[in-house]
Amino acid sequence: MAAAEPAPAPTRRPIVPFLRLGTGGEPDRLMGYRCGSCGALFLSNRVACAKCSAEGGFEEVALSPRGKLYVYSIVHQSAPGVPVPFVSAIVDLQDGISVRCTLIDVEPDPAKLKFDMPVEMVTKTVRQDKEGNDVVAFFFRPAA
Amino acid sequence: MRDVFIIGTGMIKFGRFKDKNVEHLGAEAALLALKDAGIGIKDIQMLASGNLLQAGAMVGQRIMQHLGQTGIPIINVANACATGSTAFREAYMAVAAGAYDVALAVGSEQMGKMGMLGGGGPRESTEGILGSEMMPAVFGQAGVEHMRKYGTKAEHFAKISVKNHKHSTKNPLAQYQVEVSLEQVMSARMIAWPNTLQMCCPTGDGAAAAILASPEKARQIGRKPIRVACSVLTSDPWTDRDLTMPDVSTLTRTAAKEAYEKAGIGPKDLDLIELHDCFATAELLHYENLGLCADGEAARLVDEGRTAHGGDIPVNVSGGLLSKGHPLGATGIANIFEVATHLRGEAGARQVEGAKTGLAHVIGLGSACTIHVLQA
Repeated sequence: MAAAEPAPAPTRRPIVPFLRLGTGGEPDRLMGYRCGSCGALFLSNRVACAKCSAEGGFEEVALSPRGKLYVYSIVHQSAPGVPVPFVSAIVDLQDGISVRCTLIDVEPDPAKLKFDMPVEMVTKTVRQDKEGNDVVAFFFRPAA
Repeated sequence: MRDVFIIGTGMIKFGRFKDKNVEHLGAEAALLALKDAGIGIKDIQMLASGNLLQAGAMVGQRIMQHLGQTGIPIINVANACATGSTAFREAYMAVAAGAYDVALAVGSEQMGKMGMLGGGGPRESTEGILGSEMMPAVFGQAGVEHMRKYGTKAEHFAKISVKNHKHSTKNPLAQYQVEVSLEQVMSARMIAWPNTLQMCCPTGDGAAAAILASPEKARQIGRKPIRVACSVLTSDPWTDRDLTMPDVSTLTRTAAKEAYEKAGIGPKDLDLIELHDCFATAELLHYENLGLCADGEAARLVDEGRTAHGGDIPVNVSGGLLSKGHPLGATGIANIFEVATHLRGEAGARQVEGAKTGLAHVIGLGSACTIHVLQA
């Protein structure tokens, strides 16, 4: 008699394609695509470059997990069910690309949010999907 | 390309019309424009209909079912918040190119109480997890960027809300006609820093229409025809933070430069401006984007009251999107209605005296920008 199939272990799944979850001790990283012609960075692949129109030649690159706070808004009213307030931030990464994120571990108070403050990326499980996988998202928090 | 004239305009009061369909609203505005021009639907040779939320549902044809199905060509236009002004531009281009002599542009929308725009959507929601994609946060961040660059204060943005609400008390077609104090605006519920509730435009229903004609037709049938000195449409060029932070400024700047060149005027020649104040932060940015002042001086323009009715650069004397309302597809033609009404000297209690040249600006995020310069 064959043994019952073991239930598959829950797997981690990124919330967006440009977040690559590390395996075997590798860190989770944000991934970008660099235009081989002009060097412009994108968070998704393009048919041709949005900046210089050069075709193809995009190189996938791991982005820096560190950056600086460019601007933000403190969101007090959002879609139904979304906990508020939260800080919606634009972070400039060291590579010269920016990401939109939620800034955590900081009071949602303009007096506490300094332009250009150093921030670093962390990842967290935010929910389970229908298949029982952990959905992992990235956040930024103040860095030393 | 030949000159094009506005020979009739119409707008219904913005508000909430639960008992009507969007084609009723559009047809009512179109009839007002036809009566204003003194012509009938049989004189119209093409229709450009702007509607965003029912973009796939042939709203233009449904409007004609309420006006007379004459079999004319109809284009249904969707271009985010620039939907109405893009429909106007389609009608303008058709007449300017000589394809038609009399064209109708209608903008209509029925939003009801749909809540805030952006985010959500059918895909897996990232709202609150990867920041916010919703409009209040997007335009909050745009305001914070101005604070970062120039030290602008939340109070400067709030003063714009006070101004536009005050303006709306003289506009019987505005969705809201209530004056608010600076203290009320500042202490209102925060939506997304630095925009409080009264610094965000409402959702609502509405429609506006305009009839465009060739120079010959304008002479024959026009009552106080208004010349369209230019019609400009731009999309967003690549900018560094394009991926994450919609840039409402660059495409407005390129549109303004082209508009002033084509119209042969400068910002100092404008007697009034209707610009896209979807949020109070947006209006302040557009003062600089449209060249009404130098970069970094918009807050001073506000403090000095120069953009209020009676100032030397009156902006949004209609009440603006903040108080007149922003039924998406109607907005772009409502702005043109407002400017044309002043140029014809028919704006009643809110008339900008002696207005000869005005500008109507609209931004649709994603992005599209239109600018129309009108001349008496």
